[in-house]
Amino acid sequence: MPTLTLRRIAELAVTPLVPDDYLDLFSPLRRGAQLRGRVVEVVPETRDAATLVIRPGADWAGHVPGQYVRVGVDVDGVRSWRAYSLTHGPRADGNISITVKSVPGGAVSPYLVHHTRPGTLLHLEQAAGDFVLPDLSTSAKLLFVTAGSGVTPVIGMLRNLFPSTDEGVLVLPRSDQVDITVVHVAPSEPDSIFLRDLRALDRAGAIRLVPRYDDVHGLLDMADLANLVPDLAARTTYACGPGGLLDALAAHHAAAGLALQTEQFRATTVVAGEGGEVTFARSGAVVDADGSTPILEAGEGAGVLMPSGCRMGVCYSCVTPLLSGAVRDLRSGDLTTAVPGETDPGGVLVQTCINAAAGPCTFDR
Amino acid sequence: MTTIQKKSHNPIAHLTPDDIEQLGRELDAIRAEVVASRGADDAAYIRTLIKTQRSLELGSRVVLLASVFPPAWLVGTAGLSVAKILENMEIGHNVLHGQWDWMRDPKIHSTTWEWDMATPAKDWQHSHNELHHTYTNVLGKDNDLGYGIARVDEEQPWHPMYLGQPLWNLINAVFFEYGIAAYDLELGATIKKKKLKDPEFQRRLKGVLRKIRHQATKDYLVHPALSIPTGSFLSTLAANFTANIVRNLWSNSIILCGHFPEGVETFEKRSIEGETKGEWYLRQMLGAANISGGRAMHLMSGNLSHQIEHHLFPDLPSNRYAEIAPKVRALFEKYGLNYHAAPFPKQLYSAWHKVVRLSLPNGWLAETTLSNAPSQLAKLYKMATGGPKVRRAIVARDKQLARRAA
Repeated sequence: MPTLTLRRIAELAVTPLVPDDYLDLFSPLRRGAQLRGRVVEVVPETRDAATLVIRPGADWAGHVPGQYVRVGVDVDGVRSWRAYSLTHGPRADGNISITVKSVPGGAVSPYLVHHTRPGTLLHLEQAAGDFVLPDLSTSAKLLFVTAGSGVTPVIGMLRNLFPSTDEGVLVLPRSDQVDITVVHVAPSEPDSIFLRDLRALDRAGAIRLVPRYDDVHGLLDMADLANLVPDLAARTTYACGPGGLLDALAAHHAAAGLALQTEQFRATTVVAGEGGEVTFARSGAVVDADGSTPILEAGEGAGVLMPSGCRMGVCYSCVTPLLSGAVRDLRSGDLTTAVPGETDPGGVLVQTCINAAAGPCTFDR
Repeated sequence: MTTIQKKSHNPIAHLTPDDIEQLGRELDAIRAEVVASRGADDAAYIRTLIKTQRSLELGSRVVLLASVFPPAWLVGTAGLSVAKILENMEIGHNVLHGQWDWMRDPKIHSTTWEWDMATPAKDWQHSHNELHHTYTNVLGKDNDLGYGIARVDEEQPWHPMYLGQPLWNLINAVFFEYGIAAYDLELGATIKKKKLKDPEFQRRLKGVLRKIRHQATKDYLVHPALSIPTGSFLSTLAANFTANIVRNLWSNSIILCGHFPEGVETFEKRSIEGETKGEWYLRQMLGAANISGGRAMHLMSGNLSHQIEHHLFPDLPSNRYAEIAPKVRALFEKYGLNYHAAPFPKQLYSAWHKVVRLSLPNGWLAETTLSNAPSQLAKLYKMATGGPKVRRAIVARDKQLARRAA
C-alpha cells in the first residue's frame, strides 16, 4: 500500500499539523479538503438581494432542487454559518448558486449581498433538506405558496424543471406533464426577488403566477386562496416562508383536509419562562441564561466553540449532548430533560439554536 | 527581589483602595474598546501570519533537503529557526491564550490548536493560562518564578546548591522546551511527593512522551531521511537541532525579560487573599516588564515585548498590544507607577545579573571588590562547605556588622 505509506510519512513530517494544513495553502478546493467554495460571480437580483455563483470544492456531492446548503462565512472576522436554498438544479458548469436576501440588521446576509467579491472563499457543507419534489414521471398538479426569501427553494425546483436559455424558457419532455401554480407573497413589487424569473416562466406558459403584494392587495387571507387557485383541492401544496404564513396555511389545509409540505425559513419563538445557569462541562464556561436565549447564543457569548447551522431549528448541525437538566423548545414550549443514570450516559442530543434553559442544565461541550 | 510587602519603599503605598478600583475601571475601558473594534483586519493579520509562517517553514525545509551545501544549510537553518519562533510565539502562545477564539474558526482556536513544542498544548494551557496568569509573581503560587529550580528571592534561604544556578539556568534555556514539558507535568513536585505511580500523572506523562516522540521523529528522522538523496542526512539533522536550540534560547530569553529584570515586583501569598479586580490589574502592572524596540522585535517576541499589556489583557489579540501601550503607559503615569520598559540587551543582562546575584549569599556580589576578593572568597568557601549552622552564624554576624556601621 504505497499511498498509505506516503501519507503516513507526510503526517510524520508535518506533525503537530496535518498535511491538509499545507495543501490548503495551494489548493483549497482539492479532493479530500474540507469542503469550501469560491465565489465566481455575484449577480444583483433586487436592491437587497443577490445571487452568488459558487465553484464548490471537488468533493461536492451534488444536490436535488429544493435542497439547501450551509454556508460558513467570515463577517468582520467572525465565522458564521447560515443555510441557504440552492437556486439552481445541477448546472452543466458544476457551479452552484444561492440567492441571499439582505435582512436589515442581520449579521451575515447584508455582507453576502453587498460586500462579497468574486474570489472569496466560503465554507460549505453538503446539500441537505427534504423539501424536494416528488417523482414527476406521471402528470402532477402542484401549488407553491412562497413568501419573501421562501421563494428560493421553489426557484431551485423551477429552474431545474424549466431551464432558462437565451432563446427563452425550455419546457423539457420531463416537465411537460407538470401543472404548476405559484402564489408568491411579498411586501411590495420591487422587493420580490426572482419576480423576473417567475414572470418569464409565466409568459412561457410553464407556470401560472399569482403575485400578491401586501401594499397593493393587502395581507393574504387564506380564505381567499380557493378564489386565487380555483382547483386548489386537486393540487399538492408546497409552502416555504416565515412561520406566520405557514401556520395560517397549515390551519387552512387541515380544516380543508388538504396535504401540505412546508419548509420554515425563520423560527417562530414563544417567550418561555425560567431560564437558568447553563454549564458547558468541557470548556468550563458557566452562563446565566434567561428563558428566551437559545443555548447556542448563550454558549457563543461565553466564548464556547458551539457547532451551529441554520439557527432556526431545521438543520440539526448544532445538536449538542445535554448531560443533565432541562431545556425548553422555543417554538413549541416542549421540555427536554436529561437525568444522569436514567437517560443516555452520553447525554441527550438537543438543538441548541431553538432550545433555552429551563432551569440549570449542563452540556457536554 | 524582595516582595513588595517587605520593601522599605512600597511603590503602591500612595494608592487608596478607591484609586485602585478606578484604575481597574479605566483598564476595563481600554479592553472594551479593543473588543468592540476586533474585526476583519485582525482576522486577516493572524491568517496572513499563519500562511507566511507555514510557507517559510515549508520553504526552509525544502532548501534543507540539500543542506550538505553550506549556503543551503545556512539559509535553511535561519529560515527554520525564524519559522519555529513565529510558530511558538506570535502564533502558538497567543492562539492558545484564546486571543483568536472570537473568530469562531475551529482551525484557529484555543481548544483545537497544537504547537511545535515538546509540551502538549493542553498541559501548557493549565500551567500557563490558569496558574501563571492568575497568580503572576506571587511567591509560592506562581511557579514561573524560577520554574521550581532557582532561587528567585532574597527571602529564600541561600544553600550551596544555588551556586550552580547560572549553569542550570543556561542548560534550561538551551533545552527550554523540555524544561517547560517537565514543568507543566509538575515533575519535580511529583518526584518529591513520591507520586510517580499516580495514574493521572502516568496518563499525562504518556501524553508528553508521545508528543516528544512525534516531534523528534519529525525533526531528527523524517526530514533528515528525506535529505538522504543529496547526502544531507546528518547536516539536515544538525540544522533541525540548531533551529530548535535557537528557538529555545530565544523564547527563554524573552520570558526572562518579561518577569525577571531588576525592578519587577513580587508579592506575598497572603497579599492576594480576597484580591479585587483592580488589585489584580495592579499586580499585573507591577509584575511584568516590557522590551522596547521596533516592529520586528514585537513580532519575533510574540508581542511579549508588550508583556505588561499582555498580562493585563492576556486574551486580546496580540497585534493590538502596540496600539494600547501608550494608553496603558499613560495610566501608569497618572497613578504614579513605574512602567518598566528597556531595550532587549539591557533587560536580558538585568535578568541574568539577578540569576547570578541570587546564586550567591545575600549581598555577596554587591560587597565584593577586587581588594576584598580574597576574604570574600574565603567567606563563600566557608558558607558553601559548612552546614546550616555555619551559614546562619555568618549571616547573623554580617547583619550585626552592618547595623554597627549604620
